[in-house]
Amino acid sequence: MHPARSIILFTTLSGLGFGLLACLGLGLPPVTGWTAFAFFAIAYALASGGLIASTFHLGHPERALKAFTQWRSSWLSREGWLACITLALGAVYAFPIVFYGTRFALLGWLVAVCAVATVLATSMIYAQLKTVPRWHHWSTPLLFFLYAAAGGLLLAGQISVAPILLAAAGAVQIVAWVIGDGRFAGSGSTLGTATGLGDRGTVRAFEPPHTGPNYLTKEMVHVVARKHAARLRVIGIVLASGLPALALVALPFSHGLAVLAILAHIAGILCIRWLFFAEAEHVVSLYYGRRAV
Amino acid sequence: MTSLPAKTDKQLGLVIDLDICVGCHACVTACKGWNTENYGAPLADKDAYGNEPIGSFLNRVHSYEVQPENGPAQLVHFPKSCLHCVDAPCVTVCPTGASYKRVEDGIVLVNESDCIGCGLCAWACPYGAREMDPAEMVMKKCTLCVDRIYNDNLPEEDQVPACVRTCPTGARAFGDLSDPDSAVSRSVAERGGMDLMPEQGTKPVNKYLPPRDKDIDVLAPLLEPVAEEPRGFLAWLDKALDKI
Repeated sequence: MHPARSIILFTTLSGLGFGLLACLGLGLPPVTGWTAFAFFAIAYALASGGLIASTFHLGHPERALKAFTQWRSSWLSREGWLACITLALGAVYAFPIVFYGTRFALLGWLVAVCAVATVLATSMIYAQLKTVPRWHHWSTPLLFFLYAAAGGLLLAGQISVAPILLAAAGAVQIVAWVIGDGRFAGSGSTLGTATGLGDRGTVRAFEPPHTGPNYLTKEMVHVVARKHAARLRVIGIVLASGLPALALVALPFSHGLAVLAILAHIAGILCIRWLFFAEAEHVVSLYYGRRAV
Repeated sequence: MTSLPAKTDKQLGLVIDLDICVGCHACVTACKGWNTENYGAPLADKDAYGNEPIGSFLNRVHSYEVQPENGPAQLVHFPKSCLHCVDAPCVTVCPTGASYKRVEDGIVLVNESDCIGCGLCAWACPYGAREMDPAEMVMKKCTLCVDRIYNDNLPEEDQVPACVRTCPTGARAFGDLSDPDSAVSRSVAERGGMDLMPEQGTKPVNKYLPPRDKDIDVLAPLLEPVAEEPRGFLAWLDKALDKI
């Protein structure tokens, strides 16, 4: 799949933002006043920044409000609703904390539940697609959740819990890569089933329908730079999980170190999300004889 | 609403005969022509005469080589457009309700004024039947020429999809596939019409008729060598050369 910058930014930033909002909802860290304001501001900047980035992916962003109508059937619509509900509830929850130093725990838990639901809805936009076997797997929502939780805890300064989540995310990521590499072959879709000619012999794409690219080949048959995938996986996981976890556990804590850990984590997530799209193969690539190796 | 109807009154669709298609791409041109001039946003081409032309099409013709275990390879021309699936995954993912499946005839359509151009429906389609128009930035797909098939202003023979009307070999047939007595349903039953990627669970309405077996054998006997052993002068030469 084409790794569009807007979508990589959206999933990365909004994941972190809603992760932090969920932590704040649970009272982690138990801040009030202007310190709380700063934390909430960061969460809102990340979450809404991601959502705004996602609209750059749209052909007609001016019609984006229509996306709220189909929550009964569409994960994309549900994601929109959940994001808005979470941000609205979060604002109601943040107001008394910032201005009166009062935290309504029940409301906070609700914000946390909604934030997690938003991240899961985002992941289901991808996990629901049977056409992309690598994504159509339980590891997709689990990873989106773990990265949001780990990033949120990191941003919330929870240096005792964050390394555990970071390690868990890294471990599940490795499992997801190993399983994911066999998902396309395991899906049962081949050029033989795609054309219905498989029982007659070996089917080979002889000639494409057109000499140039088209929307499908640009959007769904992205094969560029997969040759660096193995190296990028190592870089991604080291930056996203390894370095931040190690820094928090092994080195004496300082705010500078925490900032570095957060920056490394964000860079790692961007790298991993790039791979999430670039490595995902769509079954339509079979028709174009361009199943990447 | 982007939920799929539980049942449609009809299942209008195409039956494509891979035995007959010669890969002339006339259906591609006819489709592009009709759907550029009629219903919905025109099918744009960008840089049409430049180095990197790209445009939206609702129908494309691939060509595949099938190499059987024994015997010569066969070339199969393979037109592909929306299959108007019963369980169309493109419809349920749509966040705006722009994508829908009609209850009356099962045609899958896009309401272009509601389309936000998110592209998720194209991702959900295993067949590559949907393409984002590069100029209008809305999703385009086969309408089964909904503006022809019910159009009383057209002569009766033209009230079929443009691709069907134009096909010079009759490789494309249009009809109601929910009616077991329709011509299309009968040809599917007779010829073993097949679904594309049945494992995707989309239950496509459009069917493909496989190439007929032993097709090549009509000519193959005539291509057999008629003289295995040389005779006359050649027989003498053959023996003489062996003796040297």
